[in-house]
Amino acid sequence: MKTNIMERPTKPLHKPEANPERKSKAQQWLVGIILAIGGLLVAIPFIWMILSAFKTESEVVQIPPTLFPNEFTMENFQNLFKNMNFSVYLKNTIVIVLWSFVGLFLNAMAGYAFAKFEFRGREKLFYLVLATMMIPGQVTMIPVYLILNEMNLTNTMAGIVLPSLVGAFGIFLFRQFMSTIPDELLEAARLDGASELRVFVQIVLPMSKPIIAVQGILTFIAGWNSFLWPLIIANDESLYTLSVGLSLLKGQYGGNFALQMAGSTFMVVPIILIFILFQKHIIDGYTISGMK
Amino acid sequence: MKSYTASKKTPYFFIAPAILLLILFSIFPIFVALVISFTDIDLAGLADWTTISFVGIENYKEVVKDPIFLKSIFNTLFYVVFGVPLVIICSLGIALLINFGKSRIFKAFRVVFYMPSITNVVAVAVVWTYLYNPNLGLFNYILNLLHLPSVPWLQDPVMAKVSLIALALWRAIGVNMIIFLAALQGIPKTYYEAAQLDGANGWKQLTKITLPLLRYAIFFVSITTMIGWLQFFEEPFVITNGGPLDSTTSVALFIYRNGFQLSNFGYAAAGSFILFIAIIIITMVQFKFQNKNTDY
Repeated sequence: MKTNIMERPTKPLHKPEANPERKSKAQQWLVGIILAIGGLLVAIPFIWMILSAFKTESEVVQIPPTLFPNEFTMENFQNLFKNMNFSVYLKNTIVIVLWSFVGLFLNAMAGYAFAKFEFRGREKLFYLVLATMMIPGQVTMIPVYLILNEMNLTNTMAGIVLPSLVGAFGIFLFRQFMSTIPDELLEAARLDGASELRVFVQIVLPMSKPIIAVQGILTFIAGWNSFLWPLIIANDESLYTLSVGLSLLKGQYGGNFALQMAGSTFMVVPIILIFILFQKHIIDGYTISGMK
Repeated sequence: MKSYTASKKTPYFFIAPAILLLILFSIFPIFVALVISFTDIDLAGLADWTTISFVGIENYKEVVKDPIFLKSIFNTLFYVVFGVPLVIICSLGIALLINFGKSRIFKAFRVVFYMPSITNVVAVAVVWTYLYNPNLGLFNYILNLLHLPSVPWLQDPVMAKVSLIALALWRAIGVNMIIFLAALQGIPKTYYEAAQLDGANGWKQLTKITLPLLRYAIFFVSITTMIGWLQFFEEPFVITNGGPLDSTTSVALFIYRNGFQLSNFGYAAAGSFILFIAIIIITMVQFKFQNKNTDY
């Protein structure tokens, strides 16, 4: 005891050096552990979904539930295609995704014109574009349906695709990015006799790869997930998308959780894989687009 | 000279498709919605325009008396009052923790927390309905393991709202966390070095440097999140379909149901305009509130 007290005066000399480092290391570990627990909680629905998708129908309703499937089965996935029309839904979803890439191209064209041309009404039209971002979907939902009905486009693929083909946010991001392309480059190409469309396709688009990557992935995700508009417009099952089909499955096979989990897994896993592959582009995309 | 006239038309050629589509499907519908909100258009009127008649503000008068509409307003306010602070606190907290980490592993956490926000709402709803299932669900099973009573997640009117908020919170964290992270990385390191020299501890640095400098990001997130909750639709639509007893019906779901399930287009349009005006007013109030606080 006594020696302890005697030693005390010397200790503070060591403390400022050794302790803060150890303390900060402990803090790093603590924060890491908190995030790991939080991350696990966030991931539970996904883990449970995937594990349940491979269980048999009787195992899913078993109490107490099993964590890993006792009997690993692909039957649920086969049933999606045999008993439900998941192949049709998958085809429609892919068609919608492809069309949304056409929309992406139109967004890029508009963004390019707003960034690189001087023309009458440019400012006003750009404000008009931005203003459409503030209109809530619920207000336009019914009139858009009535307009499509007048155009005889209800229950058609065109009716599903057209209303969300272009978007103000996409145009805005393309404009922001493309205004950094030097004018001299475009002028040089024009002097060489390239047409305006060629300048756009062969010079502007290749230079905009980073923003196209971000927008392309987000467009794919949005197209793959499209739900509400196909639900409103499509009366025929032949036009249903995967998400509409999945909500139908939830209604028809309410008690068959294994089948439902298989349907969900089928929808979610491709997106998760694409996201993990390209996550750097998406997450950094927010910094590119200046959303600080 | 020729190329000059050509380049005068070029920009219009480039913007035409996008602008035309936006006008047809975003701007024009606003006026259509306004007009039909003063009429009694329904399914019959859709086929034959002569059956539509002008009813003045009758729709508006009726909708503000509709008990389900009033209930949906209450529910939507419930979502906003609890949802907005929860989303901000959770996404900001996670962003701060991730930003605090020095190891590369912390970058992986961004992916984990972002993942729910890109997944399909129907798939997510199906999975959570299973998790929330009173007998077979994982949540009640875990509660029972801990010797806690089962919770009627989606069966009790209040609990159902809370359950939907939990699910929407889970999906909302990702994007907002990324916005906060981008803002955090924009704060110059020198501020913290100066504060450390002055002997400021971690808490002081957080409250005196980080949070004030994040004010713009917090403001942005709170506005977009609030607008999002005011339009809360897909989760109650797919999971509870507004039940039990309309206790989870949001204003957006009320509009959808009247428009597309009951085909009362005029009535639904009136409801949607009330929602639109409410969003504009609340956003303006927030902007005003923000302007008052920008003295430092």
